[in-house]
Amino acid sequence: MLNLTLEAIELTRLFGGREAVKNVSFHLEKGEVLGFLGPNGAGKSTTMRMLTGNLAPSVGTVKICGIDMIENPKEAKALIGYLPETRPIYKELTVDEFLTIAARLHKVSTNQIKKAVDTAKEKCGLSHMSKRLIENLSNGYQQRVAIAQAIIHNPLVVILDEPTVGLDPIQIREIRSLIREIGQKHSVILSTHILPEVEMVCDRVQIIDKGNLVFHGSIEELKQHRQGNKLLVGFSKAPPLSALKDVEGVTEVEKVEASMYRIHFKNNQSPSEAIVKLSVKNRWGLYQIAPDQTSLEDVFVQLTEKKQKN
Amino acid sequence: MILNIARKELKSLFASPMGWIILALLMMAFGSYYLTGVNNYFEVMSGAIRPAERVGVSIFVGQTVYSIASFIMLFAVPLLTMRLISEERRSQTLPFLFSAPISLTEIVLGKFVGLIVFLSILVLYIFLMLTTLNIWADIDFGYLIANSIGLWLLVASFSALGIYFSSLTQQPIIAAILSFISLFALMIMERFFASDPNHWFAYLSLMKHFQSFSRGLIDSSDLMYFFLFISTFLTLTIRRLDADRLRG
Repeated sequence: MLNLTLEAIELTRLFGGREAVKNVSFHLEKGEVLGFLGPNGAGKSTTMRMLTGNLAPSVGTVKICGIDMIENPKEAKALIGYLPETRPIYKELTVDEFLTIAARLHKVSTNQIKKAVDTAKEKCGLSHMSKRLIENLSNGYQQRVAIAQAIIHNPLVVILDEPTVGLDPIQIREIRSLIREIGQKHSVILSTHILPEVEMVCDRVQIIDKGNLVFHGSIEELKQHRQGNKLLVGFSKAPPLSALKDVEGVTEVEKVEASMYRIHFKNNQSPSEAIVKLSVKNRWGLYQIAPDQTSLEDVFVQLTEKKQKN
Repeated sequence: MILNIARKELKSLFASPMGWIILALLMMAFGSYYLTGVNNYFEVMSGAIRPAERVGVSIFVGQTVYSIASFIMLFAVPLLTMRLISEERRSQTLPFLFSAPISLTEIVLGKFVGLIVFLSILVLYIFLMLTTLNIWADIDFGYLIANSIGLWLLVASFSALGIYFSSLTQQPIIAAILSFISLFALMIMERFFASDPNHWFAYLSLMKHFQSFSRGLIDSSDLMYFFLFISTFLTLTIRRLDADRLRG
């Protein structure tokens, strides 16, 4: 618990009486990548703006490495790198000029600036673009410049709002590995719509919907939600439902198609072996047996809808 | 940190030809009025005027150039200040400054200082241009220095007001129009009180305070007026930006 880099305590933000973010608390440890998921208008960006001191929370506090964002904004902001939703880049400058300004404003000491700029460019694959005007760069490269700007001062906490928007698949892979790399030494929060990305990059996941935190846990927990103790079984000669239901551990059997069944079972009592044995004995002609994975999208929908019903 | 922001502003100003063009055009305008001033001096002073009514060359040419300079700056400064904050608001680059470890005061002061450095080039240029009269005449440097300080304070006040209007809107043009109208009103305000020059309302006019400098007089109450004017509008700008953070 000593390595807490970021704490959000009961953050609430009102916009003219409407609660955009309601009582959101979470924390981040050193060397952790936290994924922030949520549908449009859920409050992701609002939360991120509060974390970076761009927006004052109506209630609650943000602490960066124990430094209060409201009381000591300068000290707290020095530890943060932030990539907002819309890229904050000055298009009339060249990549080098812009990154030098970014380094200077983030209080990188004068003799370190050149090195910091070079490192950031190298990490974001911008080295061959140094002298180009940002305006003339492609969308993806502009995004890289924006990311470089966020990591130039080697911050302890990097907050990225949809960092992979507008990148091609190869760039996305590079950026993901970059995020992993940063995540090893520092802490990263990233928000995204792309669910597989979260699974690939993040250690922990947080789902927010209508300003409420609906899920908060490790990526394994999310995967469990995903696998959810279900088997998908296919037989060429379909057996009666009751025969399957009698297998130990099975709680429910539903027919998906003519010869496909979805079998729900109790925790840690996978009946797959028993089903295979039965099938051989009774010549049901088993041709497929696999864990039934709900797609992440479904989990996401389930989680957000469950909360709405409550 | 203030200087870093100022450097950034100057860099953006000179990154495009705009900065250079504005500088060149304004210098050309001042130069041509200087030339007209010198020409007129020879025409007017050559004989027709009685010795008691004659004025020196520094006052004659200085007045022409400085009064036209204050008028040209009335148009030029709003065009320079308009994009300072509204452009950042429109292209959403403000979070870049807000999430850096700098206070709002430093951001606003930095932008102000950056612009003042740019405008000081012009004030200095006018001063140097007029000192060339010294080659063939014996000019009154005190008069020129007082005028330069006056002009410098005047453009600084224009800039402070311009920055405030720039922080109110996302459209640079609207900021320019608003600041031009209000500056114009502040400049001519004292004319409405010509019958009663000591009316308190006339005292608010920028022109009234600039006039004592243009007579070569450095009055501490005028210095105070400009200082208060500038700090009021810079404070209002800081408050406006802080409202962004509070209100969202």
